[in-house]
Amino acid sequence: MTDPVFLAGQVFNGLSVASLYVLAALGLALSFGLMRVINMAHGEIVMVGGYIAYLTMQVVHGPLGVPVAMLAAFIGAGAMGALLESTLIRPLTERPLDTLLATWGVSLIVQQGARDLFGATGVSVTAPPWMSGAVAVGPLSLPLTRLFILLVAVLVLVALTLVLNQTRAGLLVRAVNQDRPTASAMGVSARRVDMLVFGLGAAVAGVAGVVLALLGPVTPSVGQSYVVPAFLVVIMGGLGSIRGTTIAAVIIGLFSALAQVFVDVSFAQVLMLAFVIVFLQFRPQGVVAIRTRALDA
Amino acid sequence: MMDIRGKTRRFAVILMASAAIVACSKGGGNTEAAGNAAAAGEGVKVGVLHSLSGTMAISEVTVKNATMMAIDEINASGGVMGKQIAAVVEDGASDPTTFAQKAGKLLESDKVSTVFGGWTSASRKAMLPVFEKDKGLLWYPVQFEGNECSPNIMYSGAQPNQQIVPAYDWGKTKGFKTFFLVGSDYVFPRTANLILKKHIEKDGLKTLGEEYQPLGGTDFSGVIAKIRAAKPDVIYSTLNGDSNVAFFKQMAAAGMTPDKLPVMSFSIGEQEAMSMGPTLVQGGYAGWNYFQTIQTPENAKFIEAYKAKFGKDAVVTDPMVHGYLDVYVWKAAVEKAGSFDPKAVRDAAVALDPIPSPLGPAKFAPNNSLIQTGYVGQSDATGQFKVLWTSPGTIMPDPYDPVAFPGKSCVIK
Repeated sequence: MTDPVFLAGQVFNGLSVASLYVLAALGLALSFGLMRVINMAHGEIVMVGGYIAYLTMQVVHGPLGVPVAMLAAFIGAGAMGALLESTLIRPLTERPLDTLLATWGVSLIVQQGARDLFGATGVSVTAPPWMSGAVAVGPLSLPLTRLFILLVAVLVLVALTLVLNQTRAGLLVRAVNQDRPTASAMGVSARRVDMLVFGLGAAVAGVAGVVLALLGPVTPSVGQSYVVPAFLVVIMGGLGSIRGTTIAAVIIGLFSALAQVFVDVSFAQVLMLAFVIVFLQFRPQGVVAIRTRALDA
Repeated sequence: MMDIRGKTRRFAVILMASAAIVACSKGGGNTEAAGNAAAAGEGVKVGVLHSLSGTMAISEVTVKNATMMAIDEINASGGVMGKQIAAVVEDGASDPTTFAQKAGKLLESDKVSTVFGGWTSASRKAMLPVFEKDKGLLWYPVQFEGNECSPNIMYSGAQPNQQIVPAYDWGKTKGFKTFFLVGSDYVFPRTANLILKKHIEKDGLKTLGEEYQPLGGTDFSGVIAKIRAAKPDVIYSTLNGDSNVAFFKQMAAAGMTPDKLPVMSFSIGEQEAMSMGPTLVQGGYAGWNYFQTIQTPENAKFIEAYKAKFGKDAVVTDPMVHGYLDVYVWKAAVEKAGSFDPKAVRDAAVALDPIPSPLGPAKFAPNNSLIQTGYVGQSDATGQFKVLWTSPGTIMPDPYDPVAFPGKSCVIK
């Protein structure tokens, strides 16, 4: 099994898995990393993205289905995130355990809502014909769907970094994140920024849901299988750092894919979790540690 | 000090939360009195225990529906020994521990006289000690790996020699010489693959790979890479639940659709094909003891009744039919025994004459398993299965495969 073509294929698979993790975790990197809000409903926002994809693709047939679904999910999930933030999260700031419980409750409600609306058996979302098939790169065969998801992940990362670093809204986000009282004293509405960050995180999670629906099931409980890996990637990446999240996703994705060369999937997962535990013992601040002059850092 | 705005907002949140909780409460376990059930003293309680949520819901919700339909039909025609059946429906939530706990609740608190339920062998193994301790009777409607011989379970689902082994023998006639085994990681796939491997070895053919995925797992990139590297003639899949969706999607993404690389699945039926999207599994094979396309008057009547109740787009699977016929066999056994006592019912059930059912005459053998015909089918573009092979007659169930577990037999007194 240590044939070089196979290993190269596994490296691609690792990057592909990493792109799935990045998309699932980016939204959480914003809400947990920047706002320190433990959002247990994050997986359900991803799930909602998947269902939005299903609904959109019922109306928009053909090759435009997926891009339109991504746009619809961006708006829909973003609105859901903004609503969640303003009604539930804001009254519970500085109370992380209460936020955890409250968002856990929201996660249960959303799951049951999906079950009641769409049935417990899940819905079918299939990749459009232009995405089936594979690209041959030498002896490797790279599925188009996975390449598409990699591309989406890269584009989302670039877009997010641009928004945070080059736009005024991004400047306000960074200011509030670095030093909330001072930014507030300078006229920045910290509450509006919170809603923006959380909404943006949810919007990215919605887009992730559309994309994940191309490779996996769309069922009411599918969000549960995304929330733990998302937290894993965010914590290992270093809270508050998009770059760290990406690096951690790549490390975890590659580790898990390469471990599967030698051991089976269940044990590869065990090894991956053990690796994260050991990593955090030596570097608890994560891959990229944010240094700040704020007094409460 | 909270001002008026804060108080109003708090009130609004509490109101919304209460509304949300009320809206969600209909998803939980509750006592559904089927048909026109009389007061508790005049009815008989039975338990219906399936995964209504979680990764197995894709398969189990419809089995519960079929079971409830049988109960409704029996109630409409007078009930069992004059008593109306009151079904207590519980959700196992795709978690074996929950199944065991709910089974205990049904037997000990609700004091049901019998339970219809379970799907994964993990759930059945968890429920087994509960039924043996409480001396209850479980009717288990799903194909499984055998290797079990309990007086407290009626195994109406296929034993390995009624599904797995015939499907393998059929594969040999198609000329498959190299096999790749993929399964979810729990007792049924592991045992089924053990049986398959022993048969493959005995016949001088090759097993090129054996890969497992945690139940509910969705990342098949590594498994598919190994399949591609091994180039088998056929994949035999014992994946269960939502993993099937991810597997077929990712195989299609990798260009290995069932028409390019044949797949024989043991847990994909009409329901799963429809939920996944039939084009995803089109051309794939499945082995069962029933397909919706079987042409018998009993089957036609059953399908019509099911569609009338659950919608014209509803489809019927093998476990659903087993769940349905289990209720009728229980009724007949109760009437023969003249009692609801589980032991008396069991003894009567194995001594009954065959009862008509959508899959043909249904009769239990003395080892608590159902005698039934084996079929291999191929799924088409509508998610229905065309029958490719029928076993020459009905197959006597044997929980212990003679090649994998020689010398063992199941005798229940």
